[in-house]
Amino acid sequence: MSRLRRLRPGWGVLPVAIFLAVWEIVARLNMVPGQFFFPPFSAVVLEFYYLTANGVLGENFLSSLTRVLIGFCAGSIAGIVMGIVMGWRDGINKALNPIISLLYPIPALGWLPLLMLWIGINEMLPITIIFICSFFPVLYNTVTGIRNVDQDYIHAARTLGASDSRILATVVMPLALPNIFTGLRLEAGMAWRVIIAAEMVAIPTGIGALLMKAESLIRIDIIIVCLVVLAVMCLAFEKFFEYLEDKMTAKWR
Amino acid sequence: MPSITLKNISKYVCQDVNLEVLDKELLVLLGPNGAGKTTLVNIIAGLTDYGGSVFLDGVPVDKLPAHKRGVGYLFQDLALFPHLDVAANMAYGLMSQQQPRDRVEARVNELLQMMKIKHLSSRYPKDLSGGEKQRVALARALALSPKVLLLDEPLSSLDVQTAKYLRTELRQVQRKLGITTVYVTHDLQEAEEMADRIAVLQNGHLEQVSKPEEVFFYPKNEKVSDFIGAPNILDCDYCRSLGKGVMEVGCGGLPIIVPHDGNSVQRIALFPHDIYISETKPPGPEVNRFKGTVISITHADATVRIRLKVGSTSLLAEMPHHMFGDMNLAVGKEVFLILKLRRIRVYENKDL
Repeated sequence: MSRLRRLRPGWGVLPVAIFLAVWEIVARLNMVPGQFFFPPFSAVVLEFYYLTANGVLGENFLSSLTRVLIGFCAGSIAGIVMGIVMGWRDGINKALNPIISLLYPIPALGWLPLLMLWIGINEMLPITIIFICSFFPVLYNTVTGIRNVDQDYIHAARTLGASDSRILATVVMPLALPNIFTGLRLEAGMAWRVIIAAEMVAIPTGIGALLMKAESLIRIDIIIVCLVVLAVMCLAFEKFFEYLEDKMTAKWR
Repeated sequence: MPSITLKNISKYVCQDVNLEVLDKELLVLLGPNGAGKTTLVNIIAGLTDYGGSVFLDGVPVDKLPAHKRGVGYLFQDLALFPHLDVAANMAYGLMSQQQPRDRVEARVNELLQMMKIKHLSSRYPKDLSGGEKQRVALARALALSPKVLLLDEPLSSLDVQTAKYLRTELRQVQRKLGITTVYVTHDLQEAEEMADRIAVLQNGHLEQVSKPEEVFFYPKNEKVSDFIGAPNILDCDYCRSLGKGVMEVGCGGLPIIVPHDGNSVQRIALFPHDIYISETKPPGPEVNRFKGTVISITHADATVRIRLKVGSTSLLAEMPHHMFGDMNLAVGKEVFLILKLRRIRVYENKDL
């Protein structure tokens, strides 16, 4: 329940409002040398409006969003499916675990140079990066979740006449959900951080690319707009999964 | 025909265990931690692999996996599925058998009523008390009407009062359903209260399988005797009723007063810690008070055990270290002792 309450804005808005007000005042009063480098909040809002109105922001946002959604969904589903297989079948886990352990620590962006050469610069590149960025952590959390399910529950289900597949579907997977959600929640935010970085380095469209363009034009207001969009999306994705987890597990946890 | 038969069972500590549990009987598997009690019930349930054979109702089930053996199992920590509410927990086994929904509901309702937990049906395990969880777990284990019920120290996490109450209830349900039951515990008192027969398991060996009284009064060997608390057991030469529920029995040349009314007494037993030792003659009436000589003194973990020669027999007494320190006992010394009247247990002559 406490989590549900945290989702409501309530008093959490107040510090943000104060922060914005201070920002506005500091910028307006020219307390930082050169208004050029530090636009007031109102200017950023105005720019947000222009960028939205002329479609630049929407277009870039959409291409980032599409990449994140496709990459993240594919990566998560693959991670969960493979995680279930590895968590449930000890032999498969023993065979694959060394390989996974070796690949897991490589940061998603580390794959970028390799993938640029393999895939080339096209839509598949960011999607693959996001896939990798979601796949390993979700896999890892799923395996942990499945393997951490108390043997007693499995034994109990077994003495109650449940077959292996039924035990997996009705006992092990529901009990592994909290762990799986931890993976999803963390990676949903992480996917946005990674996509921005990838777009800044290698891909000519998307919020990350817009950021780099704004930098070259010294448009600080646009940069801030992009960062705010990024922050909001990270938060929204994480909260979405928090909400989903709550929906599915709060009753019994 | 015995309901459960174990033949030459081997697994971990258990080696070559043979055991028969009779139809409708409640057999208590009694032994210290690590004796192999849980291993044995897991073997009956088919939850681990093992050497030897298990027969249920005379049919070998070694090839049957756990979910096909039809054995009800109440786990030590109950293992109620936390993500399912009470009714769903109870329905789990029935749903596994793909029984029609209305049949499942009817059976769950019946069990809710029998265990008096109707009001809990939509609660989740985290919102149940220890005793309530116990009932739900038992109901879940009984839902499939198994012929055999296995209980692995199911009451060990409860407070004494609740455990006592549930023990009685468990016994009633077991009798009513006539379900062959193996009950695991390390607690002698619990075992005596519940059991039709007790099987004493130590280090993977069945030391003795017999009626509770016989385990107590006729322990087969030192190991069994030690496990149940090394009681002093004395044969009675004569016994004479004094009326008012007391009897005088002659054991090892001592006239001992015991709280008993009825058939003549064959044996009496008294725990070492129920023998009081004093260096000076204690005040009070001369009932169950004797003079004895210290034969030996042994120091155990928390207590000191003193063997005494009293009359023509020898008795073992026990006292805490600090009490021993306050006294000046030595081998050969003469002391006064009191056998605590109410603590003397008697074994009646059965063949009259």
